[in-house]
Amino acid sequence: MSGNIAQTAEQVCGAFGDDPARLMDIIRGVQQRLGHVPDAAIDAVARRVGRARVDVESVVSFYAFFSKEPKGRIVIRLCDDVIDRMFGYDAVRAAFEEELGITLGETTPDGRFTLERTACIGMCDQAPAAMINDTIVTWLSTDKARRIVSELREHMTPERLVKRVGGGNNGHPLIRAMVHNSIRRPGPLIFSEINRGEAIRKALSMSPAEVIRAIKTARLRGRGGAGFPTGLKWEFTRSASGDRKFVMCNADEGEPGTFKDRVLLTERADRVFAGMTIAGYAVGACEGVMYLRGEYAYLLRYLEDVLEKRRADGLLGRGVMGRDGFDFDIRIQLGAGAYVCGEETALLSSCEGMRGDPKNRPPFPAQKGYLGCPTVVNNVETLCCVTKILEVGPATFNMYGTSRSAGTKLLSISGDCDSPGVYEIPLGTPLGEVLEMCGGTRAKAVQVGGPSGRLVGRDGFDRLICFDDLATGGALIVFGPDRDILEIVSRYMAFFVDESCGYCTPCRVGNVLIKRGVDAIIAGRAEPRDLEQLEDLCRTVKSTSRCGLGQSSPNPLVTALESFRPEIEARLRADPNGYRRSFDLSRAVRPTEQLVGRKSVHT
Amino acid sequence: MSETFTFTIDGVEVEGEPGQTILEAAQAAGIYIPRLCHKDGLEPWGGCRVCTVTVNGRSASACTQPAAAGITVENETDELVDMRRGIIEMLFVEGNHFCMFCEKSGNCELQALAYRLGIAAPRYEYLWPTRDVDASHPDVLLDRNRCILCARCVRTSRDLDGKQVFGFVGRGPGKKIAVNASARLSETGLDVTDEAVDACPVGAILRKREGYRIPVGLRRYDGTPIGSDIEKGASS
Ligand SMILES: Cc1cc2nc3c(=O)[nH]c(=O)nc-3n(C[C@H](O)[C@H](O)[C@H](O)COP(=O)(O)O)c2cc1C
Ligand code: SF4
Ligand code: SF4
Ligand code: FES
Repeated sequence: MSGNIAQTAEQVCGAFGDDPARLMDIIRGVQQRLGHVPDAAIDAVARRVGRARVDVESVVSFYAFFSKEPKGRIVIRLCDDVIDRMFGYDAVRAAFEEELGITLGETTPDGRFTLERTACIGMCDQAPAAMINDTIVTWLSTDKARRIVSELREHMTPERLVKRVGGGNNGHPLIRAMVHNSIRRPGPLIFSEINRGEAIRKALSMSPAEVIRAIKTARLRGRGGAGFPTGLKWEFTRSASGDRKFVMCNADEGEPGTFKDRVLLTERADRVFAGMTIAGYAVGACEGVMYLRGEYAYLLRYLEDVLEKRRADGLLGRGVMGRDGFDFDIRIQLGAGAYVCGEETALLSSCEGMRGDPKNRPPFPAQKGYLGCPTVVNNVETLCCVTKILEVGPATFNMYGTSRSAGTKLLSISGDCDSPGVYEIPLGTPLGEVLEMCGGTRAKAVQVGGPSGRLVGRDGFDRLICFDDLATGGALIVFGPDRDILEIVSRYMAFFVDESCGYCTPCRVGNVLIKRGVDAIIAGRAEPRDLEQLEDLCRTVKSTSRCGLGQSSPNPLVTALESFRPEIEARLRADPNGYRRSFDLSRAVRPTEQLVGRKSVHT
Repeated sequence: MSETFTFTIDGVEVEGEPGQTILEAAQAAGIYIPRLCHKDGLEPWGGCRVCTVTVNGRSASACTQPAAAGITVENETDELVDMRRGIIEMLFVEGNHFCMFCEKSGNCELQALAYRLGIAAPRYEYLWPTRDVDASHPDVLLDRNRCILCARCVRTSRDLDGKQVFGFVGRGPGKKIAVNASARLSETGLDVTDEAVDACPVGAILRKREGYRIPVGLRRYDGTPIGSDIEKGASS
């Protein structure tokens, strides 16, 4: 048996040239063939790629979609985001549990099904949703859950669950997903029609320095969240020394509530790949990698096909569009369930076949990135903007937006509003106006930029969506008048606890403590001094964490307090006897009760 | 000779050399910046965050941040010291640390830092995790209850012993120290003379049969606080 396992693992390694940098693909391949990655496979892979076994085990254990333990042939991953909880997650989960006869986290005794939860899968406008192997199912109800299980029992083929496909390319034979695009407001730039080849032709008619100047003139800033000027980033990479350079497209889209990149990849993939090619020309790179989140694996075959067609048409490969000396090609690297891999240096670690730990900075990716080479990392939407800037010129691009926030921005809107979906708006639009567009004006609060962004109460609805005011990677989650703010904060803290890479102390431990503190307030066990201490803790986690994840993970609580302090403080109570209310005696004695096998008399 | 330059730490002018981190330059000048995952001679890690300072007003880990001409570094402000206390306290509540029963007591850098920073008891609730002890190796004990995930053993084994006996599995709060074998430490190539055995700042990796060889009271940090050697180096 373990001989077979080793053989299978070796075959997969061989298919990837025994390259340790391709460990993500190798492990995924083993997992697909064996259903899990057992010890014997880890040993075989380690031997073949020349890495220590503990390194390989480390990678397997890091990613949510890899497993050392056997899993069912079909893994049902329920999306457990705040949005799903708002729209019926609990009932859907109960229906799956009942129908399968197992609880969350278990595998059926016949080894056919595993039921799990997972972080936001980018389907918030059609929640509750789930992944069933690589197939996405949306708008789940208890009835639908039951139907899914009984159908799967018959054919064991998740793809066959898709009866009616969503609009646009979701119906493409290589996608065939029930996912909907819900493009509610296509704007003039990003969602405009594509003139394939046009942007690259224009770029090639300029020098690389001129291309960079055009991007600077357009005043393009990164759409992934941080808003770094794209032209400047390219210039750093261009001037960094090194013969081999890379362009990475960040298609990890892990920030809960964000799904606009999914729609771009479905409807405007050519524009994204053209943007990567132009970046390659500008910085002097021949190789591009798109890091596609594992949740979007259902788009992989389609995207590979788009790449293939571009190669056939001379838009990729040796001598792009007949330009001697400019070779550029792109490969797609699939992730495996780790939000932190959207952080650009963690993304590089993952692409290099390692745990998705962020790297120490300096050096920055522009100096030493993928495989130690100068690397540009840009978001999907940023790269679409690049292509558009080349198509229409910088002046047409920055006609929209404000002086420091040029162009349009895609928003992924979900939650308590009439028309969730994707909106392209000029940067600088007031939040209140966006709420009118989507029918969310009754909102009590809006989470702008996902959990790592900020919760904005009604007092902030006149604020502007742009880099200098309400910056956002694209998520806008609307919370209606009846939603409990602290419940939302608690769920978001749970997300950060799940997704911390664990490298640094404040994020690994601090987020657990913040979550507990918030839950104590919800349970009525907290007093005023607890909140003070909690705010102190938030400050420490924000200012001492190693990467952007920990530096923003306390934001749900910190920003909720800005708009909702009275509501939150109203839930604090000092104990009349001066006892510490947050101390839970029952919980404290529970382990002892279990050890001695009897109940304590204190209650 | 490479060009030296100057910058300030808490208002004191210090000299730096290209390639030095802030922590190294400070240390050469006799200024102690608290640290746990850093160990002289190992590649910087930047994980514990105890060495957090501000550089021109922005937070950075001194063990990874390059020293540079003209920068303004803050090290001993009330705010930074309190954040460091907070981090040390997080490490205490994250694991199971019973100093009075631990052979490392007095030689332990975590305990010594707690004393230096004046911590009496952590402000946070204990998490009381369930963690394994690996006593399989004939000469070395691995007690995960006390591991603070500093990676000093990982780097030492890899870079100084040339072995890779240690690594990490899991992520987030579930991250733990692992060994290069499917089950236990005894299956790895660890030798009791490996430098990795001495790399651990806490009592997670211990030599067997050495208990109380050095009596409590005569141990490294029993007499002088951690960091005094660095501070003394300056005055002499
Ligand atoms: C925890 C974390 C997750 C991130 N996730 C993403 C992501 O999914 N997609 C993305 O484009 N940027 C993400 N970012 C931002 C990237 O680090 C990086 O700034 C971005 O990819 C740069 O591209 P841009 O300049 O085109 O925006 C994330 C950052 C952090 C700290
Ligand atoms: S802040 Fe620290 S633990 Fe959290 S994800 Fe970043 S490096 Fe990992
Ligand atoms: S065993 Fe010791 S040296 Fe290794 S990571 Fe844990 S605390 Fe650090
Ligand atoms: S000593 Fe700098 S982060 Fe640990």
